[in-house]
Amino acid sequence: MSRLHRFFRTPEAIAGALILALLVAMALAAPLLFPGDPQAIAGPALLPPFQDWSLPLGTDRLGRDVLAELFHGARTSLAVGLAAAAAALLIGAAVGTLAGFASGLLDEVLMRVTDAFQTVPSFLLALAFVSIVGPSLGVVVAAIALSAWTGPARVARAEVLSIRERDYVAGARIIGMHPLEIAFREVLPNALPPVLALSSVIVAAAILTEAALSFLGLGDPNRVTWGGMIAEGRTVLRTAPFLSIVPGVALVLTVLGVYLAGEGVVESTAVRRSLS
Amino acid sequence: MTRALTLIRRRLVGSVFVLLIVIIGSFLLLEAAPGDAVDAYIVSTGGDAGMIELLRHRWGLDQSELTRLANYLWALLHLDLGQSITFSRPIREIILERLPTTLILMGSATALSFGLGSALGIYAGAKPGSFRDRVLSIGSLALYAVPGFWLGLVLIVVFAVDLRWLPIGGIETIASGKTGLARAADIATHLVLPVAALGFIYLALYLRMMRAGMAEAWRQDFVLAARARGLTRRRIVLAHVARNALLPLVTMLGLQSAQMLGGSVVIESVFAVPGLGRLAQEAVAGRDTPLLLGIILASAFLVIVINLLVDLAYAFLDPRVGASEANA
Repeated sequence: MSRLHRFFRTPEAIAGALILALLVAMALAAPLLFPGDPQAIAGPALLPPFQDWSLPLGTDRLGRDVLAELFHGARTSLAVGLAAAAAALLIGAAVGTLAGFASGLLDEVLMRVTDAFQTVPSFLLALAFVSIVGPSLGVVVAAIALSAWTGPARVARAEVLSIRERDYVAGARIIGMHPLEIAFREVLPNALPPVLALSSVIVAAAILTEAALSFLGLGDPNRVTWGGMIAEGRTVLRTAPFLSIVPGVALVLTVLGVYLAGEGVVESTAVRRSLS
Repeated sequence: MTRALTLIRRRLVGSVFVLLIVIIGSFLLLEAAPGDAVDAYIVSTGGDAGMIELLRHRWGLDQSELTRLANYLWALLHLDLGQSITFSRPIREIILERLPTTLILMGSATALSFGLGSALGIYAGAKPGSFRDRVLSIGSLALYAVPGFWLGLVLIVVFAVDLRWLPIGGIETIASGKTGLARAADIATHLVLPVAALGFIYLALYLRMMRAGMAEAWRQDFVLAARARGLTRRRIVLAHVARNALLPLVTMLGLQSAQMLGGSVVIESVFAVPGLGRLAQEAVAGRDTPLLLGIILASAFLVIVINLLVDLAYAFLDPRVGASEANA
């Protein structure tokens, strides 16, 4: 059975893949279906959904097209989620490899720094970072990565500790490779699978953190975000609750899709491992 | 007893280093932020350029970075967190004022998520692979995907706006003049929705951990032995399988405390609960960096204390922990 085939065996994985495919399609189609500024006024304010078919999901407090905002929000959520998760995995893998491979004082220092990052509530750290440096897409990505790299670092270190005693590492030492070269070219690639298994959880957490940051008004002001839409809708929660509900449902589906697809991947590789 | 003491001693030494790193980190962030303590002071009191120069000199802000870091550490050693810009009051006072509310909120939410989560986890894990297990697994995954602040808003729409059963926000009815038990009941009704919003998100985590731990425990030999001894199924599930799966959840309790403090920022903002989290949001809105970093330091301290307590509880529950070191 091919790997892809194995992945699509459980209904959960199929549902996850479908949701993610829909989301990617939304993000890619956003500039084609809704060209121009999604934050521009498109009609009368607070138009309820399913009334006017040129504005299917109605408009918000300022008369902006909710459907267009939803599509463009998918772009931001996906971009930030993926970029932040990639950065967190990269930093985590590098720190974990260095700590596990170096051992001694460097290991001690790096692990205490990891402890420190885990002691500070990660959302507070992201909040402080964005509020001090200023909200822009890059800063939000950096803030989320800064608060999410500790998990991958611990996993990578544990993995490296078990790998560095293997024969091929001893072999690399004997032929005189530089320790850093051994760490990053021989050990790290082999330590990666369990670290990458964390990616779905980290992408999901990154999307949720981005949403919470923009809900509190710390998103990039020039971008539509689902969190920002929920915050906007909150001001008219009594009269137009759908304005907060719709982007929230999109968020829940997105994160759920990431989790489900992630479980599918883990399960398909777990089967392969138990078979081999 | 010596076991507990050894554990505390070893933990405290590590904690001091961790706290020191957090402090240096927050000092660096403070330095990176525009404006300094004198600017903050002048905003609240007013003063001319000469006075600014004088204050900078008197507070040692015109000295080198290393001296300033030493001064910062020295002040923190005296539990002096500096002056808040937006409130024009010492930060320590404000934090101590807000802390009890957040502790009540976090404590109740933890009790809810741990209690209900592990109970449902036992229910699912009693029969791994069954229909109810599958339903609960997917349900908990869906719950895990819900952003806390959005769940809060949905709860407000349903229970406060539509049904009008519970108040929309705040910690108590303003100027109600209630005292004693009536006031406690008033606060409790105000806390139902925020506790539910915060607790339900983390419920999924305990449910999934409990279930996974039980699925693992079913394969162990002692379960087979218990079966062979003819114990009832109920007794095997509760006293043998669930009991062994419970310990990792206790560790999670400590690890989750930091996450929950972060989560309370948005929940307290949604429900206008005047706690530490809402204070953080106010600090961000008022560009009050010293206050924000004060909150971060206080939270880090709180997380360390909670983890120490959890470790002690763990040592109490599992006699193997720390036993070898106490003898050595």
